[in-house]
Amino acid sequence: MAWKAIDRVNAPAEESPSLSEPLKEKIRGFFDRYPTKRAVLIPALHMIQDDHGYVGWKAMEEVAELLEITASDVFDTVSFYSHFWTHPKGEKVVMACRSVSCDLLGADRVLDECKKVLGIGDHETTPDGKYSLMTEECLAACDHGPCLMVNEKMHKCVNPADVRKIIKDDANDKLDMPRSSLYDGANRTSA
Amino acid sequence: MSDYETVLLKNVGKPNSQRLATYVEGGGYSGAKRALEHTPDDVIDVVKRANLRGRGGAGFPAGVKWSFLPKDREVTYLCVNADESEPPTFSNRVLMEEDPHQLLEGILIAGYATQATVAYLYMRAEFAEQYHIMQVALDEAYEAGYFGKNILGSGYNLECYIHRGAGAYVCGEETGLIESLEGKRGWPRIKPPFPAIQGAFGKPTVVNNVETLANLPHIVNRGADWFLGIGPEGSSGPKLFCISGAVNKPGCYEGAMDFSVRELIESDRFGGGMRDGLKVKAVMPGGISMGILTADELDMKMDFADPAKYGLLGLGTASAIVVDDQTDIRKVLRNVARFFSHESCGQCTQCREGTSWMYKMSNRVERGLGRMEDIELLGEIPAKMGMMPGLSICGLSDGAAFAIRTIVEKFRSELEGYVRSENDDAVRIALEIAN
Ligand SMILES: Cc1cc2nc3c(=O)[nH]c(=O)nc-3n(C[C@H](O)[C@H](O)[C@H](O)COP(=O)(O)O)c2cc1C
Ligand code: SF4
Ligand code: FES
Repeated sequence: MAWKAIDRVNAPAEESPSLSEPLKEKIRGFFDRYPTKRAVLIPALHMIQDDHGYVGWKAMEEVAELLEITASDVFDTVSFYSHFWTHPKGEKVVMACRSVSCDLLGADRVLDECKKVLGIGDHETTPDGKYSLMTEECLAACDHGPCLMVNEKMHKCVNPADVRKIIKDDANDKLDMPRSSLYDGANRTSA
Repeated sequence: MSDYETVLLKNVGKPNSQRLATYVEGGGYSGAKRALEHTPDDVIDVVKRANLRGRGGAGFPAGVKWSFLPKDREVTYLCVNADESEPPTFSNRVLMEEDPHQLLEGILIAGYATQATVAYLYMRAEFAEQYHIMQVALDEAYEAGYFGKNILGSGYNLECYIHRGAGAYVCGEETGLIESLEGKRGWPRIKPPFPAIQGAFGKPTVVNNVETLANLPHIVNRGADWFLGIGPEGSSGPKLFCISGAVNKPGCYEGAMDFSVRELIESDRFGGGMRDGLKVKAVMPGGISMGILTADELDMKMDFADPAKYGLLGLGTASAIVVDDQTDIRKVLRNVARFFSHESCGQCTQCREGTSWMYKMSNRVERGLGRMEDIELLGEIPAKMGMMPGLSICGLSDGAAFAIRTIVEKFRSELEGYVRSENDDAVRIALEIAN
């Protein structure tokens, strides 16, 4: 086995996006919801991931500054939650439930089919950056197992034979439903 | 099984059941109005008398929990537990999807009773559709003056925010939830102090499940005696049951806690019988953490008291997964063991190491590489973990222990049979893998 040495001199600098001013403003919009700034961290991480596609190092440092905590506090939290990606993920994340109800209804075959159709394994991303694949524990839709989520959209009672069609469908992550204008976390003003 | 008037799910299937107008038309928010005309202590009193036991898994009486709050507090937080991650549970999802205002009314009543200043609705990240539904409903409720300052002219103020989680089962444990709310990893806290004394942001805090709170408008409107009149003593009130697996009608159903697991599976009101002529092999009737029943134990009542008689941890989330007779029990064992080893937060040695050992062994057994010692150990480790022997911080490890111990105890001969029959081959395969 070859020994791989770290070469800090020639290593390319980590490039990850900064928080834009509107994004920072959005995060500040959550300050008055909680008695501490740190509590804004998880909402902020959601907003960052929505905006950047993942939570990069620079974003972690900058959100730390914004919330007056240390970057290691931020990393401590980020690393705990499976929802946050610290490197770029696909535009769409396919989440296959693997818990007991779905498993007994054939979730493993659905997952295998996802791997085949996408050509990637668990927690990998297609080379064109379109899709990432993840397995998840119970998605609370066991009555409709096996379940597959594509970003926000839940696909229910999925047969292995359906997988190709679901993945080829451009609208497979579209949730057409009323949404709150407060989704961005603008300040709530109540009389 | 008694005749039953649907309460919690009565708006399901109504057109626009998610809209405020629909809810109000059906008498919605009258419970909150009534509560606001009484003192907070009156509300606590009626909930105590109704003996509303928590629907989140532990069954602790809500009114009693509220009365632990210190009298001289200035700030109180209400955390609504919508983390719903226990396989195979989805009743909170149905409540939020179909009737968001019923939950919001419940939050308002619980908030008023506990004199909460802020309510946080903690929803698991994977609830996307449900999040949009709840947020739109919450906006409507604010608009109509059910949240914010001086609610309905009562002088009571309550802000309500939705806080989205980020994918961790243990954040459903109440102190894990609080840590997560504070922006930290969802590591459960050592108790005491209990949340009622020192919870979110160091202040007195109440954590209640979605279904628990959805009961409140009805209790306030119809009284404690009405509630006590539903179901057996100690297990009163409307209750949601989930059923999934090899049945004809998997879904979320409502009833009193007065029927058996067999009825849950067979009755046309619920599961509608087994699919494709399959037979029952096993049922996990309360979520996987509570443990398993064999086909001979289906007389267990779906109430708070009976599960213990069958060696289970409790009623849990009253969500049953039905395993059919064509299923290899090793598949269930491995799946359940994987779940807990994946979800253990790692703070307590017995839970962290115990769950991953158990997963490794179940994995071996499932792949035909098991040894008799594995089965022995799988029965033994669970006795050495959990809060019950005082060895862990939270109940996740008790769930792991009950799930795995009951599977190994109740299906021991099947597991041993596999190990015995596959042993020679197993050694050969193991050697092939090792080389
Ligand atoms: C590992 C673990 C996970 C839990 N997950 C949930 C959950 O997802 N939802 C829930 O309401 N309670 C959950 N609980 C129970 C909570 O700790 C707590 O008892 C409950 O939210 C209290 O509400 P209730 O009294 O209204 O039932 C969990 C407990 C443990 C130990
Ligand atoms: S029992 Fe397990 S999940 Fe609970 S705190 Fe300890 S290690 Fe974490
Ligand atoms: S087990 Fe797959 S959604 Fe619950």
